Formats: sequence, structure tokens, C-alpha cells
Amino acid sequence: MEALVAIAIGVMTAVGLYLTLRLRTFPVILGLTMLSYAVNVFLFSSGRLVQNRAPIIGTGETYTDPLPQALVLTAIVISFGMTAVIMIMAIGGFLESGHDRVNMSGRDQDDGGPEAGAADGDAAGEGRA
Amino acid sequence: MMGHWIIAPVVLPAFMAGLMVTAMRNDLLLKRVMGVTSIVLLNAIALALLWSASTHGPQVYFLGDWPAPFGIVLVLDRLSAMMVMLLAALALAVVLYAIGSGWDAKGAHFHPLLQFLLMGIGGAFLTGDAFNLFVFFEILLIASYGLMIHGGGSERTRAGLQYVAFNLIGSSLFLFALALTYSVTGTLNIADLAQKLPDLPEGDAALLRVTAVLLILVFAIKGALVPLQFWLPGTYANAPGVVAAMFAVMTKVGAYATLRFGAMVFPPDLPATGTLLHALILPAGLVTLVVGAVGVLGASTLPRLVAFGGIASMGTAFTAIGAFTPATTSAALYYILHSTLATAAMFLVADLVIRRRAHARLTETAPPIAQSGLISALYMAAAIAMAGMPPLSGFLGKLLILDAFRDQAPLVWSVILVYSFLMILGYARAGSSLFWKPSAMEAQPDERAPEGLAFTATFGLLAGLVALTLLAGPVTVWLGITADSLYAPQDYIAANRLGEGG
Repeated sequence: MEALVAIAIGVMTAVGLYLTLRLRTFPVILGLTMLSYAVNVFLFSSGRLVQNRAPIIGTGETYTDPLPQALVLTAIVISFGMTAVIMIMAIGGFLESGHDRVNMSGRDQDDGGPEAGAADGDAAGEGRA
Repeated sequence: MMGHWIIAPVVLPAFMAGLMVTAMRNDLLLKRVMGVTSIVLLNAIALALLWSASTHGPQVYFLGDWPAPFGIVLVLDRLSAMMVMLLAALALAVVLYAIGSGWDAKGAHFHPLLQFLLMGIGGAFLTGDAFNLFVFFEILLIASYGLMIHGGGSERTRAGLQYVAFNLIGSSLFLFALALTYSVTGTLNIADLAQKLPDLPEGDAALLRVTAVLLILVFAIKGALVPLQFWLPGTYANAPGVVAAMFAVMTKVGAYATLRFGAMVFPPDLPATGTLLHALILPAGLVTLVVGAVGVLGASTLPRLVAFGGIASMGTAFTAIGAFTPATTSAALYYILHSTLATAAMFLVADLVIRRRAHARLTETAPPIAQSGLISALYMAAAIAMAGMPPLSGFLGKLLILDAFRDQAPLVWSVILVYSFLMILGYARAGSSLFWKPSAMEAQPDERAPEGLAFTATFGLLAGLVALTLLAGPVTVWLGITADSLYAPQDYIAANRLGEGG
């Protein structure tokens, strides 16, 4: 079981990292979600993997550690909320700029991609004033 | 003793924010009054906590009265009290500036979000539990996401998206680190960790080293340490100026957490990690300095210039923290106090300039701005503070750091001195193109309100720097005791009363 869980965490992390490095926001968000799945399972297994035991002392000969379950519950709630926030921001960014590229555009950005400047024109950098 | 007041810096902003969102949604005036009231109260509480922490030593608040390490604790010691005080003082200047400049009217929820940010940062400073630190990190981040895109605009939203994505990866790393910590030690209470780690079996040392490095990576993301600083210039330059000023204390959360964990949980005399953190942070801090200085020289707009100045100041702070000795830590704390106020003042000045100038670019001249004389004087004072020149506290901070690094003088001294020179050059060049070159052009008539409150807030931050300079003697003595207590955490551990619960 340990090997199976470890492989699952590893695969999810790898997929998450790969997707996070994409250039469009949607795959990036999927990747972040994948990473949070991986970390949740990892967090869950930090209390050691035990089968068929209640997280309560006194119900059986042994028990499973209840703390990681509480931690992972907190982590799930937080990552769920964060995914909702970044989703809303991605939609907002898409609606305002008309595309969902991750990299910045305009002359304000020193390290933007080669095609980024052409897409939005110079006016975008001056929106601040 | 402070009793229940220890949790007040968390509960008060949370309550005020909830009240503002539900009861006074559409009333800007009422929100302003409540926001300022809350922050003034926060200042009073922080002052009382500071006094109590320096006279009575570390004190613990057990949430729900659950004994540590099973329940969550908040720990008030000198370091956390000092950081909460710094946060409250900065928040006062920021909220006054936001009201004076009208920034808070440009979006719906500036004041509630600011209160949530205060709650998150204050909680992160006070908590004595590593997982609770993660929770407060998330609270401050989610509030900062909202503040970052306050006022809207396509560039700002997209910069905000990068910021959120970067920090979500950081949060995942933090959770990995916490899970590792728990699986190795079986506890997440900071005092309990400090107590248990020295007795850990030899076989767990490798896992512990991975944990330490992962944790420091997370804090380095927050503190914008090279090579994890890429999120900062884009975020700070695109955020509203007043929000960027508030964010000046957010990078310090990273520095604070690094110090807390590096000095107390993974101290240099812990056999498993040894000088590992020292070997990682010190060079990274020096490289951060160089990157910041080069960025200041090469920045194309004023907000980016200030953002790179902020990176350089974090580099200075991390260089001093990375040595992990009481003397350097004391110098680092003084520099953290100074650089938070100085960076915030510089962002406010940059915002004053940008909102009056035709465009933000430094490479092309624009007609002279309104109130040019006053703003250029403010710019000069803030630039002197940022570059670390006498007579302001930046000079004293750097002097303390240089003095603490006498034994590594060739490397550290040369980097810090050269970078200071580059900073002076960058700020002087930007200042001349902002304020001197336009004098040949026709001034434009200005129909803007005088914004007295905004100037008061900026002057307030500079007054804080002057006070820090004048009171440098007593402050450094106090910080010296604080730094010593970090490396001898017996009182901190004893305050948690670890043995009594189990």
C-alpha cells in the first residue's frame, strides 16, 4: 500500500508541476489543483498508513493518528477556496484582456515573451494612471 | 500579564472586517471611520503587548484552553510583539494615505480586505504552531490577492494572477514541509519542535534536512529571496501604490518566519541541520542584494524601481539573518524595522508622483508634476533612507550589519558597500529625470485636491524613521536582548507548559 500511495503522490505532483509550467491560465489552475491533491494525500499519510482503525483511543487495540485528518481537512478547505479565487481572477483577466496567456504584456514588463508586446500594444502599460 | 489580549490583534481586525462587509457595505465614510478606529485600537493593543512582552517575558495564549502541544497556542514574546507593533504602525500610515488619496474609493472592499490582511499578518507573527502559521499565511495571502487587484485593470488582474499562482505553489510546498515535519517529529508546536529535534534518532536526520530546506524555501518565496524573487517586481509595480506600501511588511513575514525557525527550531548547533541554513541563506541574501541593485539601476518605471529597492532591502535583511548569531540577528531586526518603514514611504512617494505625472516611465520626460517641490523633498528623504545614507536609520542599520560581519568583512562588506553605491546612483538618476529634467517644460495647471492626509501619512512614516534614528541606542539594546532570547529559547519553551497536558 505504501508503494501505491507513494507512486500516486509522485505522479500527481509530476502532472501538477508540468501543467503549472504551461503558458495558459487554465492548465496552470488545473496543475495547481493537481498539486493540492498530491499534497493532501501526502499530508494524510504523514500520520502513517493504517488500515481499518478508528481515529479514537480506546475503541480497539490500536488507533490511527487523528491529527493528519484534521490537518488535511483544513488544507482541503483552504485549497478549495484558493482555487475558487484564482479561477475568478483568471476569468476576470480573460474578460478584460481578451486572452488567457499567463505572461505579462506591455512595455512595463522587462521579461515578457516576444509576442506579448504585440498582442496588447503600448496602451496597456499605462492603465495605472 | 496580558491574558486574553494576546489574541486581540487577530480577533479585532477579523471582527471589524466582518462588520464592514455585512453591515456597512455601501457606506464609504462609515468604513473609513471603522477602519481607522480599528487600526488605532490595534496600535494601542500592540503597544500594551510590547510593554508586557518586554517586562514579563514570553506569554502563551491557549486557544480553547487546550494544553500544548495538542491545542493551538499563540505566543507573545519580544520578537512577535515587536513585529505586531511594526505592523500596526505601518497600517495606520497606509489607511490614512488610502483615505487621503482616495484609493479606497476605487474598489468596493479596500477597508475590509485591509483588516483581513492585518488579521493574517498579526496571526502569523503571534502563532506558536507551525500549521497555524500556514493557516495565517493563507489568510494574509487571500486578503492580499483582493488588495493586489484593487481598482482593477487588465494589467493588474493578470499580474495578480501570476502572484496568486506563485503563492499557491508556495502553499503546496509549505504543506509538504509541514507533513514531513509531522511525520518525523509527531508535533507541529514550535516550542515542542525546538525541544524534540535535538533528541531525534540519527536515521531521521536526512528527512529533517529536507524539511528544513523546504520550510526555508517557502519563507524565501514570501521574503523574495533570490532565486524566488520573480513574483515581487511585477506584483508590487502593478499593485496600487498604497497596497504596495502595505505589502512592505508582508515580505518581512518571510524574514520573521525564517528567523523564528532558523534560530529556534533549526539552530546552528542542531546536529542534523548544522550550518545548512546558514550556507544557503547567506549567499542567497548577497545575490539578492546584487539583483536588487541592478534592478534599481535598470528599472524602466518608478514603481519597478522601488520594488527592486525592496528586493535589495530584503537581501540585506536576509544576509544578516543568514549568519544566525545573536549579533547579526539584532542588526537584522533593526534593519527590518527600518526597511519596512522606508520601503513603505518610498512606495507612497512613488504613488504621489505617478498619480500626478503624465506617465510612469523614467526614460522619457514628462511635464513637471503638481506640488513638485514638496514631493521631490519627500522623494529625497525616502531615497536617502532606502539607499542607507546618513543621517537616516538606513545608515545605522547597515553600520550595525557591517559591524556584526567583521569576521567575514572581505565578502560581505564589499557586496553591501558596492550595492549601496549602486542604489544611490539609481535613485539619484531616477530623481533627476523625475524632478529636474521636466523643469525645462511647461507646467500643467492642476485641479487636484491638495491631499493633506496623504502627505501626513507619508511624513508620518519618515517621522518614524527619524525616531528610529534618534532612539537607535535604546532600540538596539532592546533588540540585543530580543536576539539573545531567540537563541536561548528556554523561556519560550517553558511558557508553553508542554509537560502538563499529556
